[in-house]
This record gives sequence, C-alpha cells and structure tokens, in this order.
Amino acid sequence: MTGHPTKHLVEARSLRKVYQPSGFTAVDGIDFTLTRGEAFGFLGPNGAGKSSTMRMISCVSPLSGGTLRVLGLDAATRGSEIRARIGVVPQDDTLDEELTVRENLLIYGRYFGLPRAVVRERAERLLEFARLSDKADDQVSALSGGMKRRLTIARGLVNEPEILLLDEPTTGLDPQARHLLWERLYQLKAEGVSLILTTHYMDEAEQLCDRLVVMDGGRIVAEGTPRQLIESHASREVLELRLPPGEQAMAAEKLDGLADRVESLPDRLLLYAGDGETTLAAVHARGIVPTTALVRRAGLEDVFLTLTGRTLVD
Amino acid sequence: MASAASPPSAAVPSHTPPPLLREFSYWLHRYRRTWRGTVVISVANPLLFLAAIGAGLGKLVDRGGSSYLHGSSYVAFFAPGLLAAMAMQTGFIEAAGPVFQSARERGNYRAAAATSMSPADILGGHLLFMAFRLALSATAFTAVVAAFGITGPLRALLLIPAATLTGMAFSAPVAAWSVTVTRQARINGVFRFVLMPLYMFSGTFFSTDQLPRWLHGIIACTPLYQGIALCRSIVAGTATAQGTALHTGYLAALVLLGYLAARRTFTRRLNG
Repeated sequence: MTGHPTKHLVEARSLRKVYQPSGFTAVDGIDFTLTRGEAFGFLGPNGAGKSSTMRMISCVSPLSGGTLRVLGLDAATRGSEIRARIGVVPQDDTLDEELTVRENLLIYGRYFGLPRAVVRERAERLLEFARLSDKADDQVSALSGGMKRRLTIARGLVNEPEILLLDEPTTGLDPQARHLLWERLYQLKAEGVSLILTTHYMDEAEQLCDRLVVMDGGRIVAEGTPRQLIESHASREVLELRLPPGEQAMAAEKLDGLADRVESLPDRLLLYAGDGETTLAAVHARGIVPTTALVRRAGLEDVFLTLTGRTLVD
Repeated sequence: MASAASPPSAAVPSHTPPPLLREFSYWLHRYRRTWRGTVVISVANPLLFLAAIGAGLGKLVDRGGSSYLHGSSYVAFFAPGLLAAMAMQTGFIEAAGPVFQSARERGNYRAAAATSMSPADILGGHLLFMAFRLALSATAFTAVVAAFGITGPLRALLLIPAATLTGMAFSAPVAAWSVTVTRQARINGVFRFVLMPLYMFSGTFFSTDQLPRWLHGIIACTPLYQGIALCRSIVAGTATAQGTALHTGYLAALVLLGYLAARRTFTRRLNG
C-alpha cells in the first residue's frame, strides 16, 4: 500500500439535513470523524437520523447545512468522485431480482466504468468472498435474505472502495445469517477496509464497531468506544428484577439507595451496580422477593436507556 | 496506457464508455431476457390491426371511395397512422412502468445512483434505450409495410426516425412524470383515459378533416396528431418543408421539454 494523503476519511461539522417541503429536520447539526481502518457505528432507534446521515455521506442526498468532507473531498460538490471510491450496502438491497447473481455484480461494476475483464475477475473473487460461488448463475429472486445481503455487500466492494457504508446490515436476518455476515465483515476489517454502519442492535454495535456515536432525534448524544460508553453511561453490571404484577412500584421505593441508579421499565426493574450479586443479596435482605432475578454485564442498550430514558426497540 | 505522471482520475481507463451508455447497456442486458414478450405487443399486435382494419375493413372503405383519403387506398392511409399510434403506445409503456418500477420497488435507479453515475446519466441512458426500442419496433413494422408494397423502401426508411421521434415525444415527458408516481394505478389510469382517446381520435383510423373545424383544431394540437401527420405525409409523398418542420419541431420540442423536466424530477427523486 502506498501512503494515503488523508487520515480522516470522513469529517462532518454541524451537519444538517432538513427535508422539504415538510421542513422536517432529520439531522440536526452533528460532528463526527472517521479515521482510516476503523469501524464506526451510528447507533439509535428508527427515525434517529442515521439513514439520512448515511445518505449524505454516500452523496445521494445534498446537505442542508454544515460541511462534510469524504476522502478529503467536499461532499457538496464532488459527489460523483466520492461515490466512485466508496461502497454502499443499502438497507433494501436494490438487487435486480430478475438477473443472476453474477450479472448483478457485472452490471454494477460496469456502472463504475470498470473494464469488462476487470469486473469479471473481481466478480469471481467477490462471489468467493460472499460464499456465493455455487449460486453465481442463479436468479437473485431464488436467494435467501442472508444470501441477498451478502451479495449486496459483494456488490458494494466491486469498485474496491476505501470505505464501505452499511445501513442496518443485519436487520431482518435470522441469527445464523447474522453471524455469517458479521464474520465476513470482520474479514473486511482485517483487510483494512474502513466501515461505517448504522444499527439499532446493541450486540451488533458491540461486536463490530471500534467507535460509535449514539443518535437520538437527529443529534449525537454520546460518542466513544463501546467500552467507554458503557463505563461512562452505565455501571459494570445490571441486575434485572421481575416482580409479581402490581408490586413493582412499591418495590422500587424500597430499593432506594441500593444501586447507582434504578430504571423502571413496564415489565421489570433495572438496577445499575458494580456488583450485581451483592446487590441481589441486599435486595433479598430488604424483604423483596422477585419472581426472577438476572445479573448481566451492562451493554449499549443500558447506555441508550440512560442517555434518552427510552429503550431502543419500542 | 496511463503514464506515471497522469493524475489519479486517469486511473479509470480512457476506453470506458460514457456513463449514459452504461445505463443503456443495463437495459439492453435486461432486454435480452424480455424481448420476446415485447415483440407481441409492439409488433404482432399492430400487424394484426393492419391486416384486419387496413386490409379487411379497408376494402369496404375503398369501395365507397372517400374524398378525405385524397385518392390513396385506406390501407396506405391507415398504416402510417397506426405506426405513429403504435409508437405513442410503445413510448408510453416503455417510459411509464419501467421508470416507476426502477425508482421504487426494483430499486435499480437507486443502485445506479449510488455509483459514480449521476441522475442525468441514468435518465439519459434509459431514454436512449426507449429510443432504441421505438426504432426497433418501427423498423419491424415498416419492413412489413414495405414488403406488402404499401410504401416504397426509401419512404419506409424515413418512417423509422419519424415514428421514433413521435414515440420519444411521449417517452420523455412520461418519464419525467412516472419517476414521481407513487402508485401503479395512476399509470393505468393515464393509459386508459389519456392514451386510449388519443389513439382513437387523433386521426389514426380516419381523417380529422371530416370533423367540425373547431374539433379538428383541438386535435391538431395533440402530439399524436403531429406524429401521424408526419408519418402520413411521408407515405403519401405529400411532405412539404414547412409541414415537416412544423411537425418535427413540435415533437422535438416535447422531447426537449420532457427531458429538461425529467432531469429535475430524476435528480429530486434520486439525489434529494
């Protein structure tokens, strides 16, 4: 590899997106930076502004305000050049179902103006990468959801992009398909491809992202590595208590002072504490008998709950 | 090959086709799978019409002898009208459904827009494919018309660009509209309530001279009437410089206006 001129692959300052004619503000002045080689995530519920941000980075949606530089180029004026050097994996695949798996790669590669022979050779390698070589001549409509998503990722790599953008890469996939996909994305990371992804799955963000921002209502509410975010916005462990119907409110009062923070959800209480087992013993000592009690490590779900007071999946 | 001193952008080899041709080649690729079905609608159907109405019904018409035909046989009057009407229909069908599908469910416009292609490239390539489809249908139709001696080979050759232009006068504005459409039913509605009346009453089957003057005046403003007049003047050998300029100018203006509108609507839809 030769030396790269830009260390910051993406740089956004006060980035805004306002949709007309409704005037709806989807992205409300956000700042972030992507450095080469890292996997960067946008975490947040539906409507947080993640996809709008992604569309602006992939230069298919003009900015309404602020500045955005991708690969050192101004996204507002150099869209076509930027798009030539990034890969996009949209949420809805946009594969041509009537064409074969290989044809989809060939046609997409041609869109970048790549010579036929180059696209052919890359298509074979990418089919291998996506574990779709034996499906190469099947029509796309016959593929499973996981296979389609892997094909979309392979397609997004056909121009050998410096950044790959993935919008909700595993939404709608079964657990097995998700894990295979994650595994493929690890390999890409290992090969030095920078990733930007959006997700509303905590485990996905924790698995894949080196660094992430939490978005809510078009703004960034927190930023850091998954570990940092958990450490600064949640305790080390969480004790989850389910109580008999009707007793939760009373129990919550009695628990006062036992944990760093108590969060009351419709169906359970969350106690944020350094040591969950000790806290559970203290709960029992105060005469509270939960129907079930579970001690787990704090995760990004807890970070989101702390920051916004809401759960991610409503 | 590119020299060491060439700028980074020269890494893209110079022999690559312009972006517009990439989109064209996508549609051509799809067409290799679907062309059989289109032969029926854009070639076989009009030929059946030509045989049944032009030759069959035409015999009755010719026996009566009508001054509105200016001495030509009915089939020679009807064939260019049918060609223009067919071009309108193909132009509409190629622009409405496929553009709507591409911008929505099939997503191929969005896929292309995520690459280095611009919305204008995508539009240009698709319009080029529509022109190709129109020229292809027109060629097949006029070959038959010429084979049956309805018109000479030279005039038949002139009919191809005339019919293609007529079709594009519909394709370009329809593409501008259909990229904004949200429901398939809209397209069907326009086909039934706009295209069909045009097909019936723009002079395809009968001379609009026989209608009241005011009605003829209204019809003469429709694009299909202009297309029919252009094609008919070629077959009848009555084309004048002034008339041809008027007809082609009218149709070309529609193509241009449609294209300019489509550039806006495509950009808004794909890059908004």
